[in-house]
Amino acid sequence: MLDILFYVFSAITLITAVLMVLSPNAVNGAMCMIVAFLGTAALFVLLEAYFLAILQVLVYAGAVMVLFLFIIMLLDVEKGEGGNEYKDKFTLAAAAVGFLLAVILICSAFSGAHLPEPTLNPVTENPTVFDAGIPFTTSAKSFGYSLFTKYMLPFQVTGFLLLAAMIGVIVVSKKHEVVEESDHS
Amino acid sequence: MTVGLNAFILVAGLLFAVGLLGVLLRQNTLVIYMSLELMLNAVNLALVAFSRYNGTMDGNLFVFFIITVAAAEVAVGLAIIVALFRRRQSVMVDQLNALSR
Repeated sequence: MLDILFYVFSAITLITAVLMVLSPNAVNGAMCMIVAFLGTAALFVLLEAYFLAILQVLVYAGAVMVLFLFIIMLLDVEKGEGGNEYKDKFTLAAAAVGFLLAVILICSAFSGAHLPEPTLNPVTENPTVFDAGIPFTTSAKSFGYSLFTKYMLPFQVTGFLLLAAMIGVIVVSKKHEVVEESDHS
Repeated sequence: MTVGLNAFILVAGLLFAVGLLGVLLRQNTLVIYMSLELMLNAVNLALVAFSRYNGTMDGNLFVFFIITVAAAEVAVGLAIIVALFRRRQSVMVDQLNALSR
């Protein structure tokens, strides 16, 4: 049953990703992108990373794609652009050949039986003691434990990064004409 | 589940290749940016698969940080695209060629 779900969700993710790349309308592409993110979240659920699946739906399929759709509709780039959406024919052919080569390489590298296949161990649901290393668990408790012990410095740096990004967005998206007018007056 | 690690890595690799194709193929900066997000997503899938099959939590933490950084990156990048559109009235990469003239 889970195998069928894996094939279904990976097919949905890959097909919508290809549709996103190939669709001439940016809004349709963003809609396909949301489905691709939801399919990836379903694959996270199959990998028993429930917290990350919820985070993927909330952050990627929710916040990030809403921001993308907002900017696409704000800029309204579809008007008056004509059919010159893709790059020229030479780049198109080169990209297609490169993509086919990459697909053949990936399929031949990972679909055969020549790579070692690790076994899938069952996970503990609610750990109480963390000894050597942090084992894979399904609870959000191990996330909190890891974030505040082993990954304390990256956690804080990420907080500062979010602050810097917020200030940077405000500075970049501010209109400069207002400043010049205030200088003249 | 009898699906192995290699199947997940295969799907992640194909997703990454599709995202790279989008970056190479498209002219719209917003679609290029969405393809970049798709590539980040493929890396996330590979990291979660490795973490699950390895039995440790580190890959999941990396994905947590990647999602955070990607959200910040999207905000900054879209602000840059909006500023670019205000100045040049276009987001097509073939019309943003001021350095080549």
